[in-house]
Amino acid sequence: MNAPQPLHPGVNLDVTDRKSHEKASEVIFGFWIFLMSDLVLFAALFATYAAMSTQGIAQGPAPSEVFDLGSAFIETLLLLLSSFTFGFAILAMKYSTSRLRLLAWLGVTAVLGAAFVAFELHDYYVMIVNNDAWPQTSGFLSAYYLLTGTHAVHVSAGILWMIVLAVQVMTLGTNPLVKLRLLRLALFWHMLDIVWVGIFTFVYLFGVAA
Amino acid sequence: MNLKTASNSVPPAEPRNEQRNYCIGLCLALVLTVIAFGLVWLKMVSGTQALAVLGVLALVQVVVHLRFFLHIDLGKSHRDDLMLILFTSLILLLIVLGTIWILWDQHARMM
Amino acid sequence: MSWETIFGQLGWDSLVFTGAIKHPSASEFVAFGAGSIVVLGAVAVVVLLTAMRWWGPLWRDWLTSVDHKKIGIMYIVIALVMFLRALIEAGVMRSQQLAAYDSAGYLSADHFGQLFTTHGTIMIFFVAMPFITGLMNYVMPLQIGARDVSFPLLNAISLMLTAAGAGLIMVSLVVGEFSTGGWSGYPPFTGIEFSPGEGVDYWIWSVTLASIGSTLTGLNFAVTLYKKRCPGMDMFRMPLFCWTTLCTSILMIFAMAPLTVATIMLALDRYLGFHFFTNGDGGNMMNFANLFWLFGHPEVYILLLPALGVWSEVVSTFVGKRIYGYTSLVYATMCIAVLSFGVWLHHFFTMGQSANVNAIFGIATMIIGIPTGVKVYDWILTMYRGRIRITTPMLFHINFLLTFVLGGMTGILLANPTVDFQVHNSLFLIAHFHNMIIPGVLFGMFAAVQYWFPKAFGFRLHEGWGKAAFWSLAPGFLLAFFPLYWLGMNGAPRRTVMWSDPAFYPWLALAMLGAVLLLVGTVFLLVQIGVSIRQRRQLAVPLGDPWDGRSLEWSIPSPPPAWNFAVVPQVGGRDAFTEAKKNGLAYRSPAAYSDIEMPCNSMVAPLIGIFTFTLAFALVWHIWWLAVLSFIVVWGVVIARSFVSQTHEIIPASRVEAENEAFLAAARATPGVTRDLEMSPENRGKAAPDRLEQAGQKRPDDVLESAI
Repeated sequence: MNAPQPLHPGVNLDVTDRKSHEKASEVIFGFWIFLMSDLVLFAALFATYAAMSTQGIAQGPAPSEVFDLGSAFIETLLLLLSSFTFGFAILAMKYSTSRLRLLAWLGVTAVLGAAFVAFELHDYYVMIVNNDAWPQTSGFLSAYYLLTGTHAVHVSAGILWMIVLAVQVMTLGTNPLVKLRLLRLALFWHMLDIVWVGIFTFVYLFGVAA
Repeated sequence: MNLKTASNSVPPAEPRNEQRNYCIGLCLALVLTVIAFGLVWLKMVSGTQALAVLGVLALVQVVVHLRFFLHIDLGKSHRDDLMLILFTSLILLLIVLGTIWILWDQHARMM
Repeated sequence: MSWETIFGQLGWDSLVFTGAIKHPSASEFVAFGAGSIVVLGAVAVVVLLTAMRWWGPLWRDWLTSVDHKKIGIMYIVIALVMFLRALIEAGVMRSQQLAAYDSAGYLSADHFGQLFTTHGTIMIFFVAMPFITGLMNYVMPLQIGARDVSFPLLNAISLMLTAAGAGLIMVSLVVGEFSTGGWSGYPPFTGIEFSPGEGVDYWIWSVTLASIGSTLTGLNFAVTLYKKRCPGMDMFRMPLFCWTTLCTSILMIFAMAPLTVATIMLALDRYLGFHFFTNGDGGNMMNFANLFWLFGHPEVYILLLPALGVWSEVVSTFVGKRIYGYTSLVYATMCIAVLSFGVWLHHFFTMGQSANVNAIFGIATMIIGIPTGVKVYDWILTMYRGRIRITTPMLFHINFLLTFVLGGMTGILLANPTVDFQVHNSLFLIAHFHNMIIPGVLFGMFAAVQYWFPKAFGFRLHEGWGKAAFWSLAPGFLLAFFPLYWLGMNGAPRRTVMWSDPAFYPWLALAMLGAVLLLVGTVFLLVQIGVSIRQRRQLAVPLGDPWDGRSLEWSIPSPPPAWNFAVVPQVGGRDAFTEAKKNGLAYRSPAAYSDIEMPCNSMVAPLIGIFTFTLAFALVWHIWWLAVLSFIVVWGVVIARSFVSQTHEIIPASRVEAENEAFLAAARATPGVTRDLEMSPENRGKAAPDRLEQAGQKRPDDVLESAI
């Protein structure tokens, strides 16, 4: 038996759902392209941050003064785990006839994602209260809040999308349309974790180690 | 190619491979993350050295994500997707390195 | 519940009319006039739609359509309307500069500032971009044998986002004022401290709307070209216009993001007091120019590449020959696309970097001239020893070859930082980029309209008026812009509201004359459309192939049916339709017909257009409740749409067969015309075999063709 040929990034439905698999190629490729343009957006934010975290501190606090590595570590674990649980959600969608398994894994992912956002918001709160580190304080802080904030907004949008899709799974079932949407959300979610790798490395870790 | 009519309680043999991929990916990513955080937490690297070491760890972890979570590999059937990632990477490099170079150069001349 | 809670910063003084009443001046009267034209124009449109009972058809057949052909036409309509506005603005600026010798002229400096800002912003984002997008939208799916683009609803949404941006910029003529910061909007001038009003916010949101639309379009076209080519059409068998569409799409996908970042950062500075570009507190205003031009340079190649694709199609058709050097043209296009990402610093050589940085980018800029040159030689070699038919598109093409190359050479001059330091932001620069955009992009689009109008509407455009338009536009461009080269070298800066150097006067007068000729030429194009509609029976070409075309779009009826191709074609090489005609395989009935699944109309797109317009308007005027409401409605519409399952309809095979067989029977029964009768009423859209293409005839050995 030949190994299935994957046609697009992420989990392919070739083995369990031929019809969806054929439609997936075009739709997922389009979403993949969208993700690339989103990466360019993040690149511009990263580049701006790189310059401003050294040149734009002005009278405000420096990176090492405001970053909490412990919190960043927890956020990293939460998001990484959520990427893992989403993978299992997709496998449940691919192989299991029970919607419950899929919804359960989706639910865990959403909770982990929400915890991530909550931790980030808490970080912001602590920075503002303890260090008077508002986005309006300096160029460095403007860039920091925009970069991490954009990422958090993307994660939040992903959670909202997860809720909508969960409703669709419950009302429309896992028809091809819904499956293709879940596949795209999966790509979105994994890509956000990749962006986070960049953030925790170059913002938090390098901010403290520089 | 048989269509699986799997029961919901016992996952059939095939998903084991895919599940294993995710577990490997998770473990590798965890290890790389812990190393990176550890090096900085224990103050074992700083300055440009930190940038280089952390950068390499991040790049490896990104590849781990791409390989184990997104299933991007060198397979012919999805060559287009790999090409798109490589082209995007080129553009990302131009934007990030170009911006950093230009702004750093201007900043140096303003001193 | 105060006025400000409900209406934000809007007040009676925001209306352009109150300015003329409260503090009358020539400048205010001009503004009054412009605002009146917008209001009267809108009223006229509403009256016309009501009187002709066109509201229903407008909504059913156009605004809710997801058909790439309808969307393409709507894009071009937007482009033409906005072109008229921006062209008149140019004329007003020219006349102000003539009047302002050693005096203040008749426009205030602030008004002049708004004029050059809207002129540039509109021409780039609401004329050139919609024009090329509309053209690619219409033609590309037809050329690859597809029924539509990959994501038809997304296509419609992109159109409506662009329309919303255009609407916002038109509303700015009536309510409030526009930015005076130029189309590039550099802070700190455009920051809240130096531009506290609503003007820059109008600019930010109209540009952001347009740029999101373009990113989605690029995505759509790229996926279509990768995934929807008909069987047998490998990448290297696509028409060149499709190759340029592909490269343009890739540029759109990657280049629009830095612009969005730059405008959002500026918005955060202005609305929330962030410090991205402020003059202090860690801001870095040079980064705006860096981000803007990271977008801006690929943008100009986004504008140009489709026009270059048009030239390839036009020249091979009107010379009756395969394009010379197809492979080299493809690689040249790819090189231009990739290199365009590496040169953006040449837009700000003078901003303070060291000589090494400037030198690297200068060299990279000069290198782009090489693939462009390859293309020019390929077109010339296509014409060499061909049988050139001097039609309106061909006139535009020949003019392009001569004029654009000159402009390109001034670009090589500017690529040298040492030279650029002398003429940066002078009229020399203005002359250079208009020299690229007008003969390159604009005339390319005009030629494309002459060329593909018959395909879209079933009748040719009147050739006499087309030639008249050309003979006014081409010299008009030369007169309007070549004097600016001289002026720039002699120290005249751009964006200047008044003068005192008497030596400049005769050149400015010539430039004014050129502007008038450009306006006349544009009027001739509009007259051409009107006359052609009146004479559409004589000009009718329903059989679809008025020019003896080479690619697939010419093999279907004019106008094409909604499904484009009754049966998806199968191709065996380049210039598939020419090969079919040569081998006697054209207009053959297909073996079998099947049902065709087409997407239904949807009101999602116009709804998103309306509510993104209200969102942007609310953000400009700080009407926060409206902004939040609009945002929720937009996403609500998107989510609601995702719950709709019936999004496609089936066209029965019997209907497809009936229509297609009728077309094929008419095509087979009608005798074709040779090229000398191309512009006569005998041309019903079927081509007779030409001297070179008759099957079995020995090819004369004086025809030059390339091996690749």
